[in-house]
Amino acid sequence: MSSREEILNSIRGIQKENKFLPDIPNFQLEGDLVELFKSAIEANKGEILSKKEFENWIASTNFQHVISCSEPFHTYATQELPDDAHQLDHLELAILDAQFGVAENGAMWLDDSQLPHRALPFITEHLVLILSKETLVSNMHQAYDRIGSDHSGFGLFIAGPSKTADIEQSLVIGAHGAKSLRVILV
Amino acid sequence: MKKEPHIGLFIPCYVDQFYPQVAIATLELLEKLGCKVSYPLGQTCCGQPLANAGYERDTEGSSLHFIQLFEEFDYIVAPSGSCVLHVKEHFPNHPGKEKSAKSIQKKIFELTEFLTDVLKVENLKGTFQKKVGYHSSCHGLRGLRLASSSELNIPHFNKAKQLLTNLDGLEWVELSRSDECCGFGGTFAITEEALSVQMGKDRLADHLSHEVDVLTGGDLSCLMHLEGIAKREGQKVEFMHIAEILNQAIR
Amino acid sequence: MSHPKAATEFLKDQANSQWHDETLWMIRDKRDASSKSIPEWEELRNLASEIKDNVLSNLDKYLEQFEAQALKNGIKVHWAKDAKEHNEIVLSILQEKNCEAIVKSKSILTEECHLNPYLEKQGIEVVDTDLGERIVQFLQQPPSHIVMPAIHLKKRDISALFHDKLQTEKGNEDPSYLTNAARLHLREKFLASKVAITGVNFGVAETGEFVVCTNEGNADMGVHLADVHIACMGIEKIIPRRKDLGVFLRLLARSATGQPITNYSSHFRSPATGKEIHLVLVDNGRTRQLAREKFKNSLKCIRCGACMNTCPIYRRSGGFSYGSTVPGPIGSILSPGLDMKKYSTLPFASTLCGSCSDVCPVKINIHEQLYEWRQEITKHHGTVGKGLSMKLASGIFKSPLAYQFSGSLMRKVIKSLPESVIYNPLNIWGKSRDLPKAPKESFQDWYKRNRHE
Repeated sequence: MSSREEILNSIRGIQKENKFLPDIPNFQLEGDLVELFKSAIEANKGEILSKKEFENWIASTNFQHVISCSEPFHTYATQELPDDAHQLDHLELAILDAQFGVAENGAMWLDDSQLPHRALPFITEHLVLILSKETLVSNMHQAYDRIGSDHSGFGLFIAGPSKTADIEQSLVIGAHGAKSLRVILV
Repeated sequence: MKKEPHIGLFIPCYVDQFYPQVAIATLELLEKLGCKVSYPLGQTCCGQPLANAGYERDTEGSSLHFIQLFEEFDYIVAPSGSCVLHVKEHFPNHPGKEKSAKSIQKKIFELTEFLTDVLKVENLKGTFQKKVGYHSSCHGLRGLRLASSSELNIPHFNKAKQLLTNLDGLEWVELSRSDECCGFGGTFAITEEALSVQMGKDRLADHLSHEVDVLTGGDLSCLMHLEGIAKREGQKVEFMHIAEILNQAIR
Repeated sequence: MSHPKAATEFLKDQANSQWHDETLWMIRDKRDASSKSIPEWEELRNLASEIKDNVLSNLDKYLEQFEAQALKNGIKVHWAKDAKEHNEIVLSILQEKNCEAIVKSKSILTEECHLNPYLEKQGIEVVDTDLGERIVQFLQQPPSHIVMPAIHLKKRDISALFHDKLQTEKGNEDPSYLTNAARLHLREKFLASKVAITGVNFGVAETGEFVVCTNEGNADMGVHLADVHIACMGIEKIIPRRKDLGVFLRLLARSATGQPITNYSSHFRSPATGKEIHLVLVDNGRTRQLAREKFKNSLKCIRCGACMNTCPIYRRSGGFSYGSTVPGPIGSILSPGLDMKKYSTLPFASTLCGSCSDVCPVKINIHEQLYEWRQEITKHHGTVGKGLSMKLASGIFKSPLAYQFSGSLMRKVIKSLPESVIYNPLNIWGKSRDLPKAPKESFQDWYKRNRHE
């Protein structure tokens, strides 16, 4: 007998009372979604920028390696997407669209359609996500309602920059992934 | 309450032996509040220490004895959350006595919950001019739900506080860690001596840092542990069971 | 080493044990604040608990559904009945790919299976990429906490370690500096690795996808740069529907650290073009635990670590005192199911205060199961109970106090305190605590004199 059969059979052999699968109520979040989202991002050590603030910021940097997958921000790109994600090692900035945002925790959803390389938001030193205010949902229940049965090979919520507190619980931003997260709310 | 219910006073073994004044205070307090109380003689240990140590199966004799002593009463009241919890949850099954056991488990109350929930005491008139720190025993808190535990997101309540803050002059202290365990834990106090003592020291320090005059609680096992540490350290804080405070205050 | 001994050792360094207690308490405080900002928190806990109950009662069906969906998505699915088979499966994939160095993100399951030493014996370099895990790996230690693997170490320890291993400046203890050194070191490993291993937080039966949560982004850095992703998953990690993730992701990070969500929550459904995903479904004692009526719901655990942070014992004895892969309260109800003899003292490393059960996001009755394990362990006393504290065995139970507690004998025995034979426990009690003064008469005597006719 294969291990698969062995495991499944031993589970089948256990007398189990059938427990119902509950419905999930439609919990709502009180308050202004944009404000809630902003404070969530800030608490996660991200930053919210206007388009203007973004322009000022990028002018103050001297990035040589910028990739944009967001149509209106293509002018900031310095290079095309390489074939191999390993070549992204020196990437300084990635500008990506997010599909929608979640007000309760600042999470933003991206899937393969925003991510020509899945490594992109992680390997880049700095990450800018473009998010439309109109897309904000209140909480994670609504987030999954919104994703619905969309089929993507990969999808993720990004809620902040890469961070760790593994050394004496001191928060350090930029463990392995992006050292900063900026969100441009449009 | 129905007409003249008869209350059986359950005095845990170590209270009987070491803290008779607390048992007397409990009895007098209930009598002052108009209750008819009897203390059935021949009470023994309810079996809790043994059960918590993993020998619940050896507590058949003591629990059967308990059932026989108390089954005739309308209510059973004890000045101990943890012994009440044991009777409610950890009595072994007694074939033929299931009904009595169940009825006992329904009518047994820890003293403060009996006052707030059964007697519905609302306006205790009394005076106690001291700053009081209250130690929530874990079995009372999370077992009997005598207060809202700090982990849960539920409306705040505390039955002991509800009673004590009625008293004129009493200053209730909010602790830094409102309901952390004192480290007594029955046999834990012996088998994990180092941890038990450290937990007790930490709990005591919280009360002392708030400069309490009296450290009180609903379970003498916790208080015995904390007082033992306080005395060894030469601390001046006074220890009283909540029954003693209430009984003294409402003279 | 038994828990009491290890705890006593840990407490000897007062400053360190106090720091450990206060730091974990601070995390519990954050968890409290975070959970109290969600009005429906208790309802979410109920939902999570009910969903997991439903999973456990239909585990076979959900596993089959999960497998079928995963296969449809192009994921290769493997089944391992125990740690040995799990390790062999991982090795065979590595051999097939001619892979000699891998990166691995946090997976308690692979710790449980002792995958690292197994692979290392086969000449494969394993690099744990979670910062805390990399630190303890350098020290050849297991994690002392499932969420914060290096919580037992201070920055001076890590500074010295990194100076030795990563050539950082001697004496530089700045966490940012040290983290950056690890970032550069691990970046090389990420770029070089052909295979990456991750754990799994949730597997969704409905879609065949699985979710991995990190704050560092290390799981994603590993798998997106590698050709092959091996995900190791305990069979209890299944949830029925995608929308159930909404419940669990709201609870997980808030319970773990107080943050509203981990910064990265990645959903893997099918491999990127030209790449592979292997999923290893592992039993390793889980079906045995499922068959134990009193203990099966320990399998609802989502590994948030909240019970460790809240546990007054864990905070003051450290993760290593438990000697088990999963320490703390949840570990003390899981481990005896794996080896009752080895872990016989763990269910006694508790005051049964119940804080673990109240903090648990899936409402596992942890302290009640600790009580139940005690009842089991004492049944085998003498055979498996050898590791059980001898103080417990001889001090309490061989004394008349315990043996003759029933009926009227109890009174006679306790009356002769403290002169009676229960000398040993009293001695232990008295090391740092005074005994109550023996009053002139018992209440019973007083009552007879004053009230009894």
